[in-house]
Amino acid sequence: MAAIRDLFRFSPSFRFGAIILAVVFGLVILSFFSPYESDDRRAVARNEPPSLEFILGTTSQGQDVFWMLTFAIRNTLLVAGLAVLIGRGVGVLLGMVSGYIGGTVDRLLSSLVDSVIVIPRLPLLILIASIMRGQMSILTLGLLIGLLDWAIPSKRYRAQILSLREREFTYTSVFSGMSVFKIVTREHLPFLMPYLLADVVSGFLFAIGLEVTLSILGLSDLDTQTIGTQIYWGNYYQALLTNRVWVLAAPIGASIIVVIGFYLASVGLSTYLDPRTRLGRLEVKTAVKEPETEPAAVTTQGVTL
Amino acid sequence: MPQPSDSPLLQIEDLTKVFHTRQGFSSKQFHAVDGATLSLQADKPEIFTVAGESGSGKTTLARLILGLEQASTGTLSYKGRSIGALSSREKRAWYYKEVQPVFQDPFATFSPLKRIDHYLYETVYNYKITDRAGANAYIDGILNEVGLSLAEIKGRYPGELSGGQAQRVSIARALITHPSLIVADEPVSMLDASLRMSIVNMFRKLKENQHVSVLYITHDLATAYYAADRIAVMLRGWIVEMGPVEQVLGDPKHPYTQNLKQSIPPINPDAVWNEKMDLAQLDSDAFAHVGCKYANRCPHVMEKCRTHEPPNILHEGRTVKCFLYE
Amino acid sequence: MTNIIEAVNLKAHYISSAYGVKRTVKAVDNISIQVKAGEIYGIAGESGCGKSTLLKVLLGAHRPPLTVVGGSVKYHFGARDLDVLTMDERTRSDIRWKDVSYIPQGSMHVLNPVRRIGSSFYDFISAHQPVSRRDSHDLARAYLSELGLPETVLTSYPHQLSGGMRQRVTIALATILWPKLIFADEPTTALDVVVQRGVIQLLKEIQQKEGSTLVVITHDMGVHANLVNRIAVLYAGKVVEEADTNTILKNPSHPYTQYLIKSLPRLDHRGERVSIPGRPPALDNVPKGCPFHPRCPFVMEKCKTVEPPVITVRAGHRVACHLVTGEVSHAATI
Repeated sequence: MAAIRDLFRFSPSFRFGAIILAVVFGLVILSFFSPYESDDRRAVARNEPPSLEFILGTTSQGQDVFWMLTFAIRNTLLVAGLAVLIGRGVGVLLGMVSGYIGGTVDRLLSSLVDSVIVIPRLPLLILIASIMRGQMSILTLGLLIGLLDWAIPSKRYRAQILSLREREFTYTSVFSGMSVFKIVTREHLPFLMPYLLADVVSGFLFAIGLEVTLSILGLSDLDTQTIGTQIYWGNYYQALLTNRVWVLAAPIGASIIVVIGFYLASVGLSTYLDPRTRLGRLEVKTAVKEPETEPAAVTTQGVTL
Repeated sequence: MPQPSDSPLLQIEDLTKVFHTRQGFSSKQFHAVDGATLSLQADKPEIFTVAGESGSGKTTLARLILGLEQASTGTLSYKGRSIGALSSREKRAWYYKEVQPVFQDPFATFSPLKRIDHYLYETVYNYKITDRAGANAYIDGILNEVGLSLAEIKGRYPGELSGGQAQRVSIARALITHPSLIVADEPVSMLDASLRMSIVNMFRKLKENQHVSVLYITHDLATAYYAADRIAVMLRGWIVEMGPVEQVLGDPKHPYTQNLKQSIPPINPDAVWNEKMDLAQLDSDAFAHVGCKYANRCPHVMEKCRTHEPPNILHEGRTVKCFLYE
Repeated sequence: MTNIIEAVNLKAHYISSAYGVKRTVKAVDNISIQVKAGEIYGIAGESGCGKSTLLKVLLGAHRPPLTVVGGSVKYHFGARDLDVLTMDERTRSDIRWKDVSYIPQGSMHVLNPVRRIGSSFYDFISAHQPVSRRDSHDLARAYLSELGLPETVLTSYPHQLSGGMRQRVTIALATILWPKLIFADEPTTALDVVVQRGVIQLLKEIQQKEGSTLVVITHDMGVHANLVNRIAVLYAGKVVEEADTNTILKNPSHPYTQYLIKSLPRLDHRGERVSIPGRPPALDNVPKGCPFHPRCPFVMEKCKTVEPPVITVRAGHRVACHLVTGEVSHAATI
């Protein structure tokens, strides 16, 4: 699309972010071609440092770090994706509906949101995870993280809708006969795109962070490879103390790179989508092309002074 | 569509809208519209101007008529039906077809992120004016009425058009459902002086050709004089003078209307202001809460004015809310 | 009478490039004007004609992407001659408020909302001359009472005053040090009609009292008619006509000015008003030749290719139009 091409050329942050993310997703795709299963143990020699045969070395359980990393990235992103879908999806919809309808519905929903926001998320998550230890799959984890993350965004979107609702083009839409649903989705949503995007990214980052935290604490599904569980197992087998840094460096480095990639790409995209710069671009593009058109001349007859 | 019956098009009686503002633990009441009464005839389309300065209540009155606000007391009926009692679905089904708005800022009227013809098509489809096949021809016809064509604006964003063009599109959109009443809130104040007349001329022409009445809200008395058939002058929620425009602006009776007229800067170099106005007069901003609202600024104020609300008196062809004419 | 401002062949463009699209907006295109000391000079024109940009350049307040690409602006304060475009920051802040001051559009937002008016006065005055709080208070009080503003204003916060009062206070602030040159940018826009009259009167009084030069930039011809001595009409970044107020209102020569005056609604009669066909050009796409030619009823072949120079048709009256050859009687009238 022309938009992506423009972004690539003119927004350095998007460019770098996109490249990094391309690498990350390349790794995810590679995971499907991995010669090893993710739960294979003793598949290769143990505790080997990085070499030509094992690019990132091997773990104490006899696993190739590189290929395990591809699984790890895939699973972590899966968890995060699920969390964002549930969390931000619910949050946005709830916020927008609440803001537009107003009245009692809005007040009830707002009270609900306010109660949920106060709950401290990480401790609660740790509590639930400890209780469910052993029965936690990554899907459950994603669900849980998502359920804790919808409250704050919903407030934000409600605030946006409250202001958009009073704008004149909303009235125009009302008088053009559009239903509430149509107005909120077709008129207001485009204004919210930059926020949505930033929210999706921050949702991802938040979820990745939570997943890694929980896994390091040993509270998630330790048999599945995620970035967090890789770090957990590395610690379990004393990677740091025995100077086998590569076992930890790989997942930590991966998490940093994923985060940076998302962040850069979102910054570039967000500036591009922001209605203010968007309008400036629209003006510039059309100012060059616009010919001198004149509306039909209105009457000049019958002039008196 | 013109109504063959005798019922008035729009009838407002003793309409009041009170806003409550909270200050700490107390709340103050603010009468944005206070006991307004006016009516528009169905069989004779006219341009009725509501004029006033900021804080006069003219915009609130427009919003009440458009159904965007609920009145606190009083009646507002359109073609015999009370508007306050309508649900929003009923409004959408009937009222919004009959009454359409034109707003002050043509660039706020449309979302800058949407192509401007989107609203035209939406209006046509949502009110089932024509089917998809006939939409283009119909919209082009309406645009011709305002001096534009579909080819000129199709696919363009509001920012690509000039203020004058965008406002014309806004008026065209309002005409699509063949409304009987257009409520125009300062429709030309954001346009350049040289473009204003073309829009005002167009309203006059539309009144004749499309049989649509226009409620024209403005603070610009000179344009009001040119455009309107009748005028109502508002002050702090009251209608203080109402009648045919030649009478009210040609020979104003209410002291406030007289003051307004004198304050308009004359363009004719032979008629420029000669007397100095008393600048201190501007400071008594407090409009009285008891009695006549103009009492503190009125040069003819009497004792009665500070304690009693003046009645609406019929005098020389217009109604004046002033004790001077009792 | 000496000239206090001299702008010669001034050209200022907005040059911007975003996402690969380059755009040049010729906001001020070869403007030369001279403002005489002690007069009230009006700059008239509709939106998009370049008058706000011209103001910025005359004040020397232009910042990128607004770039002056040609010409000069000079102030002549008696013995001092200053080149506005090249003067250093030190001189600029020195003359600011003391010799040259500026009443911005939307004055209501200029006052600091968390400081009392009296303190704002103190801030402004003490920035230019050493003065105690009490002295500045006295000075402000004396000045305000001269202008008909009550003393209570000094102890109030801006939000406690009405919009019109705030505007007048801002004007008082801008003129308390008796600057020789005052610029007023749309001083009456967004004000109620009764307050507008008060503001116009106030400006007149100040100018008469202090003998300063007042430059008023506004699209409102009513303000020009009742305030200024001479008017320059701008169109598409150029001066199309300049004359004294009477001539512009009663006997304009340029077709655009004629149309402009005739399209104004008047309270003395309700006859059909004229409207100008077409619309003003976007400043990044100005027509070749005379910028008004697409809309001019008297357009000739020459107008489409050759830009009409600004000619002095008689003393104090300049016009840029091919129809005007030096004798005003030859100019066509609409």
